Amino acid sequence: MIPPALALTDITKRFGALVALDRASLSANWGTVHALLGENGAGKTTLMRVAFGMIRPDTGTVTVAGIAQRFGSPTDAIRAGIGMVHQHFALVGAMTVAENVALGSRGLYDASAAAARVRRLSADTGLSLDPGARVDALSIEEQQRVEVMKALARDARILVLDEPTAVLSPPRASELLQWLRRFADGGRAVVLITHNLREALSVADDVTVLRYGRTVLEAAASTVDADRLAAAMIGELREGLPNPLTPSPEGEGGSPLLKLRLDDEGLRPSTPLGKGVRGRGAVIVADHISIADDRGVVRIRDASFAVRGGEIVGIAALEGAGQHELLRALAGRAQAVAGTLATPGHVGFIPEDRQRDALVLSFPLYENVALRGAGRRRGRVRWRLVRAHTASIVAAHDIRPGNIATPASALSGGNQQKLVLARELDDNPSAVVADNPTRGLDIQATAAVHTRLRTARDRGAAVVLYTSDIDEMLALADRVLVIARGQVRGVVHDRDAVGRAMLGAE
Amino acid sequence: MSAPDIAGALDALWRGAFGSKYVIFSATLVRAVPLTLTGLAVAVAFRAGVLNIGAEGQFLAGATAAAGVGLLIVSWTHYAQQLVALPLALLAGAVLGSAWAGIAAWLRRRFGVLDVISTIMLNFIALDAVAYLVRGPLQEPLHIYPQTPSLPPALHLPMLVPGTRLHVGFAITLVASVAAWWVLRATASGFRLRAAGANPFAAASAGMIDVGATTTRAFLASGALAGLAGAIEVTGVTYALYDNISPGYGYTAIAVALLANLNPLGVIVTGILFGALSAGAAAMQRDAGVPAAVVSVVEACVILAVLLIQQRRPRAA
Repeated sequence: MIPPALALTDITKRFGALVALDRASLSANWGTVHALLGENGAGKTTLMRVAFGMIRPDTGTVTVAGIAQRFGSPTDAIRAGIGMVHQHFALVGAMTVAENVALGSRGLYDASAAAARVRRLSADTGLSLDPGARVDALSIEEQQRVEVMKALARDARILVLDEPTAVLSPPRASELLQWLRRFADGGRAVVLITHNLREALSVADDVTVLRYGRTVLEAAASTVDADRLAAAMIGELREGLPNPLTPSPEGEGGSPLLKLRLDDEGLRPSTPLGKGVRGRGAVIVADHISIADDRGVVRIRDASFAVRGGEIVGIAALEGAGQHELLRALAGRAQAVAGTLATPGHVGFIPEDRQRDALVLSFPLYENVALRGAGRRRGRVRWRLVRAHTASIVAAHDIRPGNIATPASALSGGNQQKLVLARELDDNPSAVVADNPTRGLDIQATAAVHTRLRTARDRGAAVVLYTSDIDEMLALADRVLVIARGQVRGVVHDRDAVGRAMLGAE
Repeated sequence: MSAPDIAGALDALWRGAFGSKYVIFSATLVRAVPLTLTGLAVAVAFRAGVLNIGAEGQFLAGATAAAGVGLLIVSWTHYAQQLVALPLALLAGAVLGSAWAGIAAWLRRRFGVLDVISTIMLNFIALDAVAYLVRGPLQEPLHIYPQTPSLPPALHLPMLVPGTRLHVGFAITLVASVAAWWVLRATASGFRLRAAGANPFAAASAGMIDVGATTTRAFLASGALAGLAGAIEVTGVTYALYDNISPGYGYTAIAVALLANLNPLGVIVTGILFGALSAGAAAMQRDAGVPAAVVSVVEACVILAVLLIQQRRPRAA
């Protein structure tokens, strides 16, 4: 029997207290496309970084073509014939395609030989690229092609791609998948990291599903369907998966979350779209809006929905589905490229990256509080009032250290987030938009965030919440909108239904 | 160099900078004016996250405008009132300095050209433009020296301290520094400028600040201050425009600003410090025969030491 092209067996990797991989396995054969599926944080990327020599596993073995390997670095993996295309490209924008492809090879650089090499690879592989083009002038799919070509130029026979279609439009994505199919048919192997079921089923020969760092399913693609894969990825509701966010019962605001799970499990009635809390009007109204990202790629197409006062609308989406762009627009921080979006002038916005987008870390607490509304303020800043307001915030929310003149950088993540929440919510905005507000917080801080969002809702604010943890989102949301394949639609408040909708299954 | 030589050199340095009331007012503080004002220009830009290395070019633009406009007013009216001509010359300097910075600001906003590169290039252009003007359209009537005609007394800044060379430009510098400090600290637009510089992402997202417009305004204000410095130098010290009117004030300005921790009040102190070093260096060269370059070495060492200390503690608001 021919040994598999790439076999990862019982790989375990811990990062501090976090178990990223727990005896995960994957076996990809020559001549096949192997799909590696899983939710965000399931360990897909970590596992393939182990295969590519970027991460050393605590235990477990890596074999390539039957030969056991101990990769010290990606260089070793490349020598063994593995190439990896990462989600974030590692290209030098100011250099040409040929120069980028030649980068990392040894010896002298010969421009004409490098160009000839790119042309030959283009001809051999059908990846059309102009060797003399500057990389920063290329489109995303062309840049991706350069990454693929870099791997091929180093004679990769096993190609690993991390979410390669996430950045591509559907036609470009299917072109890439077809190309990968042909590449594998030539006797080589492809491992495709994805969270898109449809994609996995359409192109892959075999699938491996990871959940919480464990391999939960290994099967031939022909023997499974979308429902089976979705179930494996998300897990059954009653399975009691370890969830780092499950709060301790004694935590303040923690018990409601737990209680909700126990009481309402599967019994919660869904609220149909457009019939939110009775008696309150729509605060945010999106009418056929389309939203583009920084690069101008349209991520959300023709979405229509309303968010009423007094409800929490949970957004469910896989990473990269356009949720951050949508939330920024709902918070009035970005414009829709088409359609009309009505948002109140007064929105509380909790961005995902608080240290980058919510706080000026070098500023003292009171200046961070003054940031809210700074764009519209005229004349003098009334610092005396700002200081007094900050002092009351700090006291009311037990923010430590409580000295309002300390820079925000001196606060822990939880205290920074308390400050952001207080700043954004204490003036009773009519809408609140929260993007992964509990990211990186411990259980107590997480519970505090949940309490604040519920309080805002109960006070009558229209709350829009995205979190990458579906369970957390479902526990807080009164109603669910799912983003998948650029579409926004209402989905019943049910874990399985939401999970399947997120993954693009019907 | 032996010990007595070093003592002698330091003595000459000290006496040249602070040795008498006259050298303080006529040498140290006079040299401090362009250093402080261009240092203030750099500080304002840096606080907004704009790396304006072009104070030198903006200074030259301001000096050119003051000389050109001043001479033009005088030649038109034959008889110019100091009250009208001088403010107009200073205003022209600020406006052209601002416009010179505006080129870089526009390149930044429209094409994303790096401030450092565009402002340095504009420095060279300004330098050569001055060299051309003082040999061409603005050259003195006899066409002997590469400089403009001397400015008539109506275009001379009044003296601040009688019997010395300290002119009103020093007072203007103090007022400008205090005003900039107050704007940054007390006003909404000053706060926007600092926020945009300290974290443009949070400024845009949490503050809903138009970061592009804010930094452009800071860039223009910075250019205006450097241009004003050039205009003051022409009307207060040199009374003519010529090559090398600036011995690199706009570059030393970066050190002045950094040493002051980008604080507008601090630049008064560091501007005077560098003015003293510059005045003392001249005396040291003259009296002790020590090359003035030694002072540049000392200056550079001071800056490195201060930067090292600043790296270890963040800037206070």
